[in-house]
Order: sequence, then C-alpha cells, then structure tokens
Amino acid sequence: MPQSTATRVNDFTIKIATVNGTGSASANTLLMKSIFRSGIPVMGKNYFPSNIQGLPTWYEIRITRDGYVARSGQVDIMVAMNAETYARDVREVAAGGYLVYDSTWPRPALLKREDITALGVPLAQLCNESFNGVRTRILMKNICYVGVLAALLDLDLERIRELLAETYAKKPQLVESNMKAIQLGYDYARGAFACPLPLRVEKMANTAGHIMIDGNTAAALGCVFAGATVAAWYPITPSTSLMDAFKMFSDRMRVDPASGRKNFAFIQAEDELAAIGMVIGAMWNGARAFTATSGPGISLMNEFLGLAYYAEVPAVIFDIQRVGPSTGMPTRTQQGDLMECAYASHGDTRHVCLYPANAEECFYMAVQAFDLAERLQTPVMVLSDLDIGMNDWMCRDLKWDDNYRPDRGKVLGKAEVLELKKFYRFLDLDDDGIPYRTLPGVHPKAAYFTRGSGHTQYGAYTEDSAEYQVVLDRLLRKWATAKRLVPRAVIDATAGAATGIVSVGSCDGAIREAIDVLKRRGIGVDYMRVRSFPFSEDVERFLAAHELLFVVEQNRDAQLRSLLALETAVEKSKLRSLLHYSGLPISSAFIVEGVLAELEPRQLATAQGVKGGRSG
Amino acid sequence: MTFIAKPKVAHPSLPKNSLGLTRRDYEGALSTLCAGCGHDSITAAIVEASWALALEPQNVVKLSGIGCSSKTTAYFVSGGHGFNSVHGRMPSIAMGANAANRSLTYIGVSGDGDTLSIGLGQFCHAIRRNLNMLYIIENNGVYGLTKGQFSASADVGTRAKKGETNFQPPIDSVLLAMTLGASFVARSFSGDRRQLVPLIQAGLKHQGFALIDVLSPCVTFNDHEGSTKSYAYTREHYEPAVHADFVPLEREITADYKEGETLPVVMHDGSRIVLRKLDAAYDPTNRVTAAAVIQERMKAGEYLTGLLLVEEGAQREFHEINGTPNVPLNSLAFEALSPGARALEKVLARYR
Repeated sequence: MPQSTATRVNDFTIKIATVNGTGSASANTLLMKSIFRSGIPVMGKNYFPSNIQGLPTWYEIRITRDGYVARSGQVDIMVAMNAETYARDVREVAAGGYLVYDSTWPRPALLKREDITALGVPLAQLCNESFNGVRTRILMKNICYVGVLAALLDLDLERIRELLAETYAKKPQLVESNMKAIQLGYDYARGAFACPLPLRVEKMANTAGHIMIDGNTAAALGCVFAGATVAAWYPITPSTSLMDAFKMFSDRMRVDPASGRKNFAFIQAEDELAAIGMVIGAMWNGARAFTATSGPGISLMNEFLGLAYYAEVPAVIFDIQRVGPSTGMPTRTQQGDLMECAYASHGDTRHVCLYPANAEECFYMAVQAFDLAERLQTPVMVLSDLDIGMNDWMCRDLKWDDNYRPDRGKVLGKAEVLELKKFYRFLDLDDDGIPYRTLPGVHPKAAYFTRGSGHTQYGAYTEDSAEYQVVLDRLLRKWATAKRLVPRAVIDATAGAATGIVSVGSCDGAIREAIDVLKRRGIGVDYMRVRSFPFSEDVERFLAAHELLFVVEQNRDAQLRSLLALETAVEKSKLRSLLHYSGLPISSAFIVEGVLAELEPRQLATAQGVKGGRSG
Repeated sequence: MTFIAKPKVAHPSLPKNSLGLTRRDYEGALSTLCAGCGHDSITAAIVEASWALALEPQNVVKLSGIGCSSKTTAYFVSGGHGFNSVHGRMPSIAMGANAANRSLTYIGVSGDGDTLSIGLGQFCHAIRRNLNMLYIIENNGVYGLTKGQFSASADVGTRAKKGETNFQPPIDSVLLAMTLGASFVARSFSGDRRQLVPLIQAGLKHQGFALIDVLSPCVTFNDHEGSTKSYAYTREHYEPAVHADFVPLEREITADYKEGETLPVVMHDGSRIVLRKLDAAYDPTNRVTAAAVIQERMKAGEYLTGLLLVEEGAQREFHEINGTPNVPLNSLAFEALSPGARALEKVLARYR
C-alpha cells in the first residue's frame, strides 16, 4: 500500500480521462462549477481532440486556494474512464495520488503502481442496473463519477443539484435522472472507501465578485457592448465559439422589441478571404465590424490586411491561436502567430496587435480594439489563443461603464466637409500621421477613391516616387502615434531585481505562480507582460533596466524575442528564451525549472568566485 | 503625370436631370485605357444611366477588384466614393459595405479574369446571398494588363494574339449566375449603347443581385482575326433576344409596344422595365428554358444578349433574409447597440 497522503485541502489537481462525445464535458463543467460555487478558486482546462466522437479527451481541474490560474504540472487524482489511454493515465498520477477507475471489468495488469491508491468503482455496472438504453447508460456513467468525486472530496450534493436545476431549467426530468446517477456514485464511494480523502475541499469565500467564463465568450460580449454591427467569419477551431456567442448575445440583446428587426448583420462567409473583405467593406462604410479566426485564416487574410493598412481602413480581427504550422493541431494551444500578425502581408506593413492574457482582458481589449482601429484607421488584431478562448477562466466580474462612448476617429460629417475648400483624404493635418476620412453618402465633395495602388496624399493614383514616399513615410508617423495609444505593458518590478521575465498573453498565470515559487526559494525576479504591438514606451525602459531577461512564450521560434530584438534597442545577449510549444498550456513548473537551470549555475559560479557563466 | 483630372466645364445648354445635374456631373477622371477600349463605352453608358435615373452622386458606391475593368470605377460618378480593392475580392467588400449601409446604390465593375478566375468563389457567393448591387463584368476574354493571356471566358478555338489556340471550355457568367439562382441576368455588348443603357438602369433598380455581362473587346490584345471576342466577331455573332426598355416611375408607358410582344416588369420602387421579345423561342422569365436556349445558341457560336432572365421580387435580398432594419446599421445610435451595465450584470449571472 502507498504511504498515506498528508491532508491537502483545496490545493490539488484532478484529471479526468474520457472518450470524446460521451457527455463528459457537461459532467466536468458540473464538477468544476460546484467547486467554484463553494467559494474555492478553480482552474479548468480541456484537452480535446479534433474529432466529434470516439477519440480520447482529458479535462483537468485544479483546485487552487491561492487562486493560481495555470496548470500545476502535476496530477493528484486521475479519473481513468478511457480504456484506450488507461496505461498512460495511470503513469501520470503523482506519487501518493489516487486513481479512480471503472472496476466493472478488472484491470489487474494495469494496476502495478504501488505508490498510488487505486479506487475501483463499478460505474458501468451501477448504471446498467439503473438505466435503460445504450446512450443513456454511457452518459450516466460519466455523470456517476461526479458523485464518486463528491463523496471522495466532500463536495456538497446540494450545490450540484442547484447547478443541474439551472442547466436543465426547461427539462426538470433530466435533473432527477442526473441526480440519481450522482447519488449512485456517491453512495457507492461512501460505502467502499474512507471518505473524504486527505485531498479534499472545504468551503471558502474567495470567489465572490468573480465569474467563470471563457475568453471567446468574453470577447464576444466586448463586441456587443462596443457596438459592433457587422460580424463576418468562416468557421475555424478554436475561434468559432466567439462568433456563436456574439450571435447568441445579439439575438437576445440586439433585436428591436417593437419591429423584431436585428440591429446587427451576421454573415457566414465562403472563406477567410471573404470574411476579412466584408469587415473591411463594412468599416470603410462606417459600421463597427469584426471577424474571428485562427492561424490558417490569418494566412489567407494577409493580402487584405495589407490593403487595409495601406488604404487606411479600420478592421478588427480576433486570432484565436492554435498549434501550427499548417493545419497543425487544431484543438491545442500555442502563441505561434505573433510574427505573422505583426507584419502580415507583402511590402512594408505592420499592424497593431493586442495580447490579452485571460478572459477578462478579452472583454476589455475587444472594446479597445474597435476604438484603436477607428482612431488609427488601420486593422487591429487581438491575439488570444485556444487556452484563453475555449477554457473557462475564473476572473473578476466584467464591468461596463455606461459613460463609455466609442471613439469613431477622424470622420468628417457633411457640415465639416462643406466648410473645407476641398477635402483631401490622406493629408496629415494634425501632425499625428492620422488623416481625415469620410463615409459614402455624405456629400459629393466628401467623395474619394480608396485604393491599394500607389496614391498621393491628395488621394490620387500615382507612380511618382516622391508622391508615393510622402504617404509611406506618413504611415510611420501614424505608427509612432499608435505607440502612444496602445495599452501599456503590465510591469511588476517590486522585486527590484537584476533579472526579469518578459512574456505575453496566456503565459501570465503560470508566470505569476512561478514568481511566487522562486521567491520562496530566495530568488526575486521582476516581470513585464507586453500587451500590445507596437510595444509601448515602458517596454524599452524595462528591458534596459534588467541585466538578464527570460522571454517566456509558447512557440518554438521565440517569436516574442524576435519582435523585441527587432523593435527595441535591447541587447540581444541579455535575452534568454523559455519556450513551451507542446500544445498544452504552459505550467508554472516549466518556468521555475527553466529559470533555475539558468540561475543556479550562475549562483554556484559566483559562490566559487568565478565570473558569471552564460549558457547562451 | 499618372492621374488626369477631367476639366469640369459644363455648357449652359447641356440637358439637366431632375436634380438639375448634367451628364458631366456623372463623369469621373480621364480614362487611361487604350483608345477604342470597349470598357470606355461601358463607362459612358453608366454615366448616361446614372444621369437618366437622377441618382444622387454621393449615394453611388463604386467597387472593383484589379485589372483594366476595375480601373474604370475612377472614370464615372466622381461625387461617389470608390473602392478599388484586391484581385477578385470586390464582392466581399461590397457585401460588407452593403451590410453597413443598405440605403446606397452599389455598382461593382469587374472583368472576366477578376470574376471568373481568381474571384469565382466570391462572385458565386454574392449571388447566393442576393447581395443588392449591380455587378458589371467587362468581358474581353483576355488579360490585358499582363499582355494577352487567355481568361476563363475565352471560347474554345479562339486564338491569342501571339497565335496560341485555347482548348479549355469557357466559364460562362450568364449561365453560371442563372444556375446559382440570380434573379437579374443580362448580357450586352459595349458597342450597343441603345441596349446597354436601359439594362444598366434596370439593373440599378433591381432589388437584389443584378448581373450584366458586357462583351467588351480588348483593342490591343484581343481584336485580331481568329479571336471570338473581337469587335468584328462580336458584331457578327451577337444576337439580341430580349430588349428591355426602362420606364421611370414618373413616366407612363406609351403605345410604342404592340400587345402580346411586350411584358412590363414592375420594379421595387414602382418603376418598370418593358421587355420586348426579339427571339420567339426565348422566354426571359423561365430559368430552365432560357438556359437551354442560351446554350444551344452558344454551340452555334452566337451570343444571346439582352435581359436574359428577370424574376423581379421573387427572392429576398440579403437584408430581408437577415432581418436588419430599414435604416442603415451604420446610422444606429450607440445607445441602441450597447446594452449597458445593468444588462451586463444580468448576463454574468449565468457565469457564476
């Protein structure tokens, strides 16, 4: 028998291995939400296949009293429901951990680990005896393990019932059948094992003022509240749920009650080429419009992005990054589009990018993206990723300021145009690189011709070198203005250390936890999370102020590091990359190990009186 | 000098439309196409039709892709906004622009390369959505700006200027549009202004997607002996099947037409087009038989022209299907669009 585990309350990780399409998603959400409702911070990550039914899928729930939102990198309780992945699932349990498995069919050969506790529950047998119909039995088997875990972890069954009642408000009979399955598992576990386990939950009050929401839903809400009226897209994982959410919210909140008319246009395009074209056409014509896509879609949109940059048309694009290159692994996460988005399209192009770190920021950055796009008259890309977009994140309540009014940028109305002697589209009248535009339908005097071919600052076609360069150089002045308007980096320099971590997006949670771990080991590091491209001015200062900089990101080629090297004055030799590109979200353990691997030899060398070595 | 503004001097005796505007007010920059290019005649026909319909110039939106044809949006209605986008992608720009503001008049000008090769997908889907616009293809069977390659509309057996013969079957925009469910499909010839101008007027008034494929010879690369898209060949082989006269709202139909031979079609705004059958075998209101006749004539090397298919009011255009309000989306007040803090609190209840 394994050694008895020390009691660990509200600080452990459960992983559930199931088969895709067997209803496990609702079971796992139910489990996670009931922990969240008990006031305990929780993290949920879904590792699912690019498949509708039949392939293995995993769900990881981290109960985290300290509120860490990243993976811990360790599994304490494994619920192994999938025979196909059983062997590897058993291997993954940390020493001293637990394995819950379906003991309807004995699996002695697979239970060779002596350092974990195996808890067999005849889930299939229990459900076969109590439910009819093949599909129902499969679904109920997955609900049944929620009951087992409720007993093992000491979860409140009333919380579970309350959540089921909300989910199935319109189908009360489903509440009863689900509760029946849960009770079966609960009662069996209570009878067979010493419940609760040393790993268990206890009520807290740390989730008040918080919600559990995925980044795509939050971004969609941002689009609704920002007043977006035209949404055009081509379905692609993992961005589709953003558009689904926009449609769902708009159908509820954007239909005129008197006329039944929809105050939005929702267009499923024939491909991403068309989707971005529609967004550009709509924003050119004065509507707030957006599209959502992933890496392959951005590749297709490159040509149009160049047009919008050069013809100075606003556009908002959400890139929910997934694993590349090419089709890659569509249901796994990565930050692989940093370079592509920054310089998308041929010729001298550069684009404003925003990098949200979590669901909460997706909401606010969605709004900001429209303001920046219209202010700067250029495409703005919001680079989320699958981890942010499709996993539920605990975040602070989203707030809306009713005083907010959209920044529509420099758009001249009829009266203003009539006051001008003549309207010229591309003149830099305010010395900020941003010209004035007009919308179709205003007045013949306001008309101008939009083109991707060479044009003068007066809006006319040109092939004249000097006239062409005037416009191209002015676009750089606009870029300098963008630098002042984009969100600043989030800097935590409380350690006042010589070493800093620089990162982006969804690495944030893992880094914050890693910094705490390092601190406990006596190592202080500062931290800067960039939130935009171009980099805000504070980025340069942070880079200059630190001797050693770990650049943490989730791609193979150190894309953030490349951008920093290209766009700032940072000395390249100061930058150390910590690259995580397995397709799973980065864990705090990965960062701690990476930092220690670099710093410990240095400390050793210093202690031995040798000048600090470098590992390159 | 690469841009030539046209001098705007109007003679006082020039006729004025109901807005008090002359034809000069519907012109644009000076064309930089080759002298004698068919496209310039189409531009002139658009100017004539816009003037005759008394369109408010600022309410005309001109859209195009890339190619000789796509340049022409700069050559008419200078008082309207223009958007010369990327190759083959004009329909998506038109879709977005139209979604944002349904109250304007959208004219797309494209070529056979822009529409039938690189832009074939977007062309088809604009038809499927029944996007409310006039889409003109200036069809010359050849890539002009890149000096004479065959386009997808080149006929089997036609010869390139450099001597090569085309053996790939053409994609015919008219047949394609009919198959895809378009409700206004016409073909014309840049050299037949009498036929073309009323077609453009009718197309502009049509509620939904209106296609006019205009045979428009390329004088530089496709006007030689052996070409099936030369002026000489087209004049000889184009055959008007249905003539359409446009009758504006304010004018009564006069007794020019003999009963039995004409068919008045009432447009969305109450104006009418009067169809006159010139080919007894052809019925422009029957999609199935119309397509069969067009294909038969095509086998014989003839292009049927005129308003080849019209189903006015039979299909809902994009906004009617989408259920958008009659006022343009881009004119809705922010208060009508952003649900506000209290609504957000309600939404969040679901995520607790």
